[in-house]
Amino acid sequence: MAVTEQTREQMRETLALYPRQRSALMPLLHLAQADEGAITTEGIAEVASMVGLTDAEVTAVATFYTMYVERQSGEHRVGVCINSLCALLGGDEIWTALTEHCGVGHGETTPDGKVTLERIECQAACTHAPVMTADWEFLDDMTVSKAKDVVDALRAGERLVSSRGPAIRSFKESERTIAGVDDSLAGEGDHGDDRMLAGLKLAKANGDFDTAVSNQTNAAQAKASSDSRGAGS
Amino acid sequence: MPLTPLLSAHWDEADSHTIDGYRRHGGYESVAIALGMQPDEVVAVVKDSGLRGRGGAGFPTGMKWGFVPQGDGKPHYLVINADESEPGACKDIPLMLANPHSLVEGVIAASYAIRANHAFIYVRGEVPHVIRRVNSAVSEAYAAGYLGDNIQGSGFDLDVVVHSGAGAYICGEETALLDSLEGFRGQPRLKPPFPAVAGLYASPTVVNNVETIASVPSILVNGAQWYKSFGSEKSPGIKLFAVSGHVERPGIYEAPMGTTMRELLEWAGGIRSGHQLKFWVPGGSSVPLLTEEHLDVPYTYEDIAAAGSMLGTGTPMVFDETTSVTRTVTRWLEFYKHESCGKCTPCREGTYWLVDMLRRLQAGVGSVDDIATINDVSSQIAGRSFCALGDAAATPFPGAIKYFSEEIAEGTHTAADDLFDPVAATIFSGVSAS
Repeated sequence: MAVTEQTREQMRETLALYPRQRSALMPLLHLAQADEGAITTEGIAEVASMVGLTDAEVTAVATFYTMYVERQSGEHRVGVCINSLCALLGGDEIWTALTEHCGVGHGETTPDGKVTLERIECQAACTHAPVMTADWEFLDDMTVSKAKDVVDALRAGERLVSSRGPAIRSFKESERTIAGVDDSLAGEGDHGDDRMLAGLKLAKANGDFDTAVSNQTNAAQAKASSDSRGAGS
Repeated sequence: MPLTPLLSAHWDEADSHTIDGYRRHGGYESVAIALGMQPDEVVAVVKDSGLRGRGGAGFPTGMKWGFVPQGDGKPHYLVINADESEPGACKDIPLMLANPHSLVEGVIAASYAIRANHAFIYVRGEVPHVIRRVNSAVSEAYAAGYLGDNIQGSGFDLDVVVHSGAGAYICGEETALLDSLEGFRGQPRLKPPFPAVAGLYASPTVVNNVETIASVPSILVNGAQWYKSFGSEKSPGIKLFAVSGHVERPGIYEAPMGTTMRELLEWAGGIRSGHQLKFWVPGGSSVPLLTEEHLDVPYTYEDIAAAGSMLGTGTPMVFDETTSVTRTVTRWLEFYKHESCGKCTPCREGTYWLVDMLRRLQAGVGSVDDIATINDVSSQIAGRSFCALGDAAATPFPGAIKYFSEEIAEGTHTAADDLFDPVAATIFSGVSAS
């Protein structure tokens, strides 16, 4: 399989954003992976010719970053955070259960080609631990049973909606989004869950919110009037 | 302390991430204010506010901007470090998800101040929904005339590119980030020269954290004096605290600097029911842990340092008595080992051997010599590695053994999982786990 003409066009558009071509290397590798589900020799060659580097130079960069994968990915990549906090709160139990449930280990894909499992590091969602991802979309507050349901749904091709984000599509489509291609899904998902709003809700309940707002309004008005006096003098 | 929602004030509105939702509450008001001033005046206001970098190091923001040489004939660049990957840090990602326009608005003022016409937002790759939201915010800002050529008729031009990483913690180190943004392996550069003199494409560059830059619009609108009215003299302002771990209500709590962990814990509903605090980590795994006796230490750079730790990202992780400190530290070291870029020997080799010995202690087959050697290796890495990742890797164990030496020594005969049932630490302990 090779990179499609549509992807080549997206690569050219991405290149145009940067003052120097080589800076586009990482998004271009994401785009190559969006077509091929892995970083292949064909993908490397395509990207190398786009940015004017040798295949070896591009390979040296691609192998440094964990998100660029050498082995062909399943339709979906499911990650379990096993950094300390998530691991303690249940990530280790979830990981063990999922590997037994799927019969595959880290970086391996179920025989139906649907799900690649991987152990992942901190996803900047510790308030929602234990955290998982499906095609890099958040799956918050996971349990062993919820984790199994996620994998079962993905393998059965059922609709699965991420936490704070859109419905899961595929690894390849997520890679295209990560590369910066607009998928019109920015409005999807409700970010305002109990964790995100914990402090705000408390502040609205105890009056701190109103105090903070009036404090700001007063400060802004005082500053504006002093600025205008300064300008007049 | 009161809670002071500022950056998080409107996250309960479903469209808080859109330009309409943002402008409903005064969004982009700072653009006219900033562009109506001289660039150096904007730098002066931010200096005067005392704002310090919220990425971990706490460097004064206005001073950093002031280091950029002027009239040097080179292009200048602003680069936003949105590569939030520090274990325990989870405040920039929620901010960009719920309120990306505050970042874009801050980028305009900061770029103008340092006379940059090109800004990059380097977002870690693993967060497609955040990348969507930031890209969408940038597009909306272009359409509204806040970005592009001749912004609001001011004659100031600014282009913003959202750039995705690909899973490398080291790229949160500012010079590794710049190498990555130039299309190389993300490895740190020798400093000096500092990025303010020779950064992106060897041109003067300012690298700032997301929360830092998102705080700038409110300073311009409400004034430096208003911002300084919060916090301490050396650590002024407002902070997004993110409390995680064994607490009843983990989440985002925005409050003044100087808030204590006791207050944060109270807001978070305390330690989960039926349990007690064992230790807490003030700002990511790269800072030493603290215990119950430090709950009243104010969250300022100077007070947390005096207590023997660092403020870091200001995102406390809280662990109760079911937690094995050996298991916790071992897992962090496995992370640093995996993320070490391999450029310098102390970090590359040191993290390898630290993990080797820590795993023995976790398995209950460590030796007394291992404990001494871990301390020794940690001190050999600290201050001798190329960048702060090595220092970070050398931090968790010495921090832990200061308070938990007896527990760690039990790793010479008993496995961590036998000392602390892993199931008891999970949030679903007591609930049917399967």
